[in-house]
Amino acid sequence: MTSAASFTEAVSGLWVYWLIIVLMMVGLYIVIARDNLVKKVMGLNIFQAAAILFYVSMAKVEGGTAPIVPQDAGHGAGHEGHEILYSNPLPHVLMLTAIVVGVATTALALALAVRIHREYGTSEEDEAVAWDMEHG
Amino acid sequence: MPGLTDHFVVLEVVLPLLAAPACVLIRNPRVTRLFSLGIVAACFAIAVALLIQVRGGGVISYHLGGWPPPLGIEYRVSTVNAYLLVLVTAMALVVMSFDSRGGPPRVSESRRHLYYAVFLLCVCGLLGITITGDAFNIFVFLEISSLSSYILVSLGGHRRAVMSAFHYLVMGTIGGVFFMLGVGLLYQATGTLNLREIAERLEPSLDDRGAVLALALLVVGISIKLAVFPLHHWLPNAYSFAPPKVSAFLAATATKVSFYLLATILFVIFGAPFVFGELRLHVVLMPLSILAMFLASGAAIFQTDLRRLLAYSSVAQVGYMTLGLSTANATGLAGGLVHLFNHAVMKGGLFLVVACLLHRVGAVHLDALAGVGRRMPVTCAALVIGGLSLIGVPGTVGFVSKWYLVSGVLERGWTAAAVLILLSSLLAVVYVGRVVEALYFRQPAEDHVRPGLREAPFAMLAPTWILIAAAIVFGLTTNWTYGVAAEAAGLLLQGGI
Repeated sequence: MTSAASFTEAVSGLWVYWLIIVLMMVGLYIVIARDNLVKKVMGLNIFQAAAILFYVSMAKVEGGTAPIVPQDAGHGAGHEGHEILYSNPLPHVLMLTAIVVGVATTALALALAVRIHREYGTSEEDEAVAWDMEHG
Repeated sequence: MPGLTDHFVVLEVVLPLLAAPACVLIRNPRVTRLFSLGIVAACFAIAVALLIQVRGGGVISYHLGGWPPPLGIEYRVSTVNAYLLVLVTAMALVVMSFDSRGGPPRVSESRRHLYYAVFLLCVCGLLGITITGDAFNIFVFLEISSLSSYILVSLGGHRRAVMSAFHYLVMGTIGGVFFMLGVGLLYQATGTLNLREIAERLEPSLDDRGAVLALALLVVGISIKLAVFPLHHWLPNAYSFAPPKVSAFLAATATKVSFYLLATILFVIFGAPFVFGELRLHVVLMPLSILAMFLASGAAIFQTDLRRLLAYSSVAQVGYMTLGLSTANATGLAGGLVHLFNHAVMKGGLFLVVACLLHRVGAVHLDALAGVGRRMPVTCAALVIGGLSLIGVPGTVGFVSKWYLVSGVLERGWTAAAVLILLSSLLAVVYVGRVVEALYFRQPAEDHVRPGLREAPFAMLAPTWILIAAAIVFGLTTNWTYGVAAEAAGLLLQGGI
């Protein structure tokens, strides 16, 4: 019974982590299993998105609002004892950088895929490798 | 100017970062070359100044934008990373000054300024990883250096260079994301991104799943970039199809910076008592290092292309470094760190020799190199000395590294590992021997006879010989290299940076 209880707890309490891990493995699987270079890039994107989701979900505070101080917050007197709960802005800001990194990586990967297509006449990795084997 | 020296720490990174877009605007290939050479020289001067300042246990802490840590980003220089800053900038300077005609052959004159821009970005990323004291900042610089090195590798000219760059990108990105996740878990556990704050607040134990997972993600992520044995798959292709100048630079710096990063994570953030005491990471790391030494050296023996041979030898050399790391004692760690410097010098020099040979002979297959030793004696002598250093012959830097590695391993009580280090050197004798045999003792085949074959131009030979000479000088006097490495190892073992 206890193990069943702890299992449901692990699923319901940590569902975000499960989601992230599943998403991550989906991405990784695509990178490994697909031969098409563009699909590989998509897999990498999903992989990165999982990590970004991890940061974003980590920073979310239950019941917390966007970390922007309301305009009337400065007029203290009427608001005593009324605390506003904010989400943690730092990981969200970090993820802006990570998204930029992801976009740069995708752009570069696609540029390389275009060059590979021009050189080999295919976007399939296995065909390109086979071509190299044949022609040295 | 009184204020300027205070900002040396940040200028080290900002100079190449700003110079890269400036190159794109200048456009003129000759001007951009001199400009970027000047920038790299300035970075080298700053790095040397910083090392002199922190020698003997000093620490410079620079707060970006005046925000004190842990709120602001801190750049922190101690002996450990000042040592690496000097290495990276020195290698960049030597590789930059190599061959007055500039970039790789594939890059046309009208695009050459872009090559310099990317090169400077790569330097900037590597220096940033080394100098920063902020975990997420490391990730950003890691990606800057990685993205630019994918581009540099793809400039190799052969179609397989592009494919290798793509593979490198896929592996590198996976490593980068692992690293980012690890940093996220550390942030979750400690609420800070400052490395020293993390180290102070984190009390890792085996029951703490988060900490163990963070360690696993960080170690695997960095190991991909470092090409630790089973994760080295991208390296041989990337190094053998990249322009040889680029291989020289990357082989000498990129994996070294990753090694520093790994050492920082293990010794500073998690601490040797947890990593090697409780978790017993050496049980995995030591056998993998030894496998790298043997399998990669074994693979090197069967290569017919000199570049691939050197690339596989690089994987083996990473094995020596991680073996030093896994001893977790002062001698072994210092051996690993001194090998970091020594291998950078010799492998950088060897890849520059490859560039010289490629320039004159046109190919670096061992068949094509048959008999070249008699036509290009100065170039090939450099290759032989570099090769002897790879083996670890006394009088070269390779001997110094192996001496301290073997002492460190023996101090740890791993007698078998010490014997294996010596045995693996025999494999190096074989692969270096094959090259020497081709260069000096083989007659060129009929279709490979080149009547006009001469020595490589001075502009190429001079930087090559600077590195090869360094491989001898630092093999004879170890005060500078081992002295600094021992100090750095001591600092790391205390958990300080």
